[in-house]
Amino acid sequence: MLADFWILMVERGWALALLRGGAVTIAIGLLGMLLGFVVATPLAVLRWQKVAVVSQLVDAYSIVVRGVPGLLVIYLLFFGSVDMVKTVATTFGYQDSVDNAYPYIVGVIAIAVISCAYSIEVIRGALQAVPYGLLEAAKSLALPTRITFSRITFPLALRLALGGINNVWQMTIKDTSLISVVGLQELMRTAAIAAGITRSPFLFYCIAAALFFGMTAVSQTLFSRAERALNRGFGGR
Amino acid sequence: MNLDIVTYAIPFLLVGAKTTLLIALFGIVFGFPFGIVVGLGRGSKNRVLRNICDTYCAIFRGTPMLVQIFVIYYGLAQVGFIRHNPVLWWLIGDGLNAAILAVVLNTGAYTAEIFRTAFLSLPKGLIEAAEACGMSPWHVFTRVKFPLALRQALPAYSSEAAIIVKESSLASTITVLEITGYAKRLMSETFAIMDIFIITAALYLAINVVALTALKLLERRLSFVR
Repeated sequence: MLADFWILMVERGWALALLRGGAVTIAIGLLGMLLGFVVATPLAVLRWQKVAVVSQLVDAYSIVVRGVPGLLVIYLLFFGSVDMVKTVATTFGYQDSVDNAYPYIVGVIAIAVISCAYSIEVIRGALQAVPYGLLEAAKSLALPTRITFSRITFPLALRLALGGINNVWQMTIKDTSLISVVGLQELMRTAAIAAGITRSPFLFYCIAAALFFGMTAVSQTLFSRAERALNRGFGGR
Repeated sequence: MNLDIVTYAIPFLLVGAKTTLLIALFGIVFGFPFGIVVGLGRGSKNRVLRNICDTYCAIFRGTPMLVQIFVIYYGLAQVGFIRHNPVLWWLIGDGLNAAILAVVLNTGAYTAEIFRTAFLSLPKGLIEAAEACGMSPWHVFTRVKFPLALRQALPAYSSEAAIIVKESSLASTITVLEITGYAKRLMSETFAIMDIFIITAALYLAINVVALTALKLLERRLSFVR
């Protein structure tokens, strides 16, 4: 039993393949989360300031993406962009490189689109939770709006948003598994291929589950450490 | 939008909606009480029971639903004992049953977390008062603890209900044709990707709005001030 496992994992090289898949999962999760967060911040500020029209559009985007399964968003982006990307790439003669990189790019974008919708709500909620007295104090000191935002509102909101961002991240890293259904070789896809070839789906899906569990557990620890650091000086909890 | 495609797609998607609703309904009907039981288990004094419930919650909350559904549908089918047991095989041998099982187990873990915090937040004085009145533990639970915890947990549970509807889409990865499954098929059949997406998104939003409104009404009915 143990010998079989050794042969399967080391001699046939599945352990390495699974680890490589895990690395792709982490990379896509991180990039998607980062991209989503960077896009979400200005959108959340617009929502917070209640800028006419833009605010409603952002709201509509956030409601649709949060109300629809992630799988559907991924299908939309993958099927919707295949032809377009192919034509653009062929005209410029980058056929091969795009064929290889294409699923990764769309994968990151898909994850970003989903995580962005949730991040907007988190950041907006945090911005609203910044005590109004502090902003008034800044105003009475005649600080310019830009400085008030970058030195007071945003850092305070970031601290308040950390818990929500943790939730979004946990969801995002799990959502990356959905990309596997369109053929991107991340952890879940690698496990599916291994399961098909070796005919032992139970083993490989359980290993995939364990690896995902490890990722969420490690990031959970990091987040609670960050939370403790950010709460220093706030009568720490 | 092309009207022909819309009229072609809608009947298929409505058939899919029936399956989605079926999975979501079973998810709520079985997942809700199951989650409460596990939530109680996590707060119990018995250490073994508590550890089992904690581990179950950690595993199902820490791994993607896709992995869970694959382990149940593809993975467990490999285990000989389950294949030869007619009841268990009925449970996981069919895509729809396996999907429902996965949704129930997944939502159970999240519901347990919601109810654990709800039970923790109950004022101790009320429970002591109930005990001082000579109520049996069962009565304390059904008359005091549960109604109060339910009120506390309902807002969080309504977003969990919306998540159940969305998670049911993963059934399409194990050959069950529900809304997302049909949407994928229609997308690759008609190439009207955006049109199909809009109709499908509208369907999901409609289901979620109905579910959330129903739970909001229940919440209002259960609240102290009407």
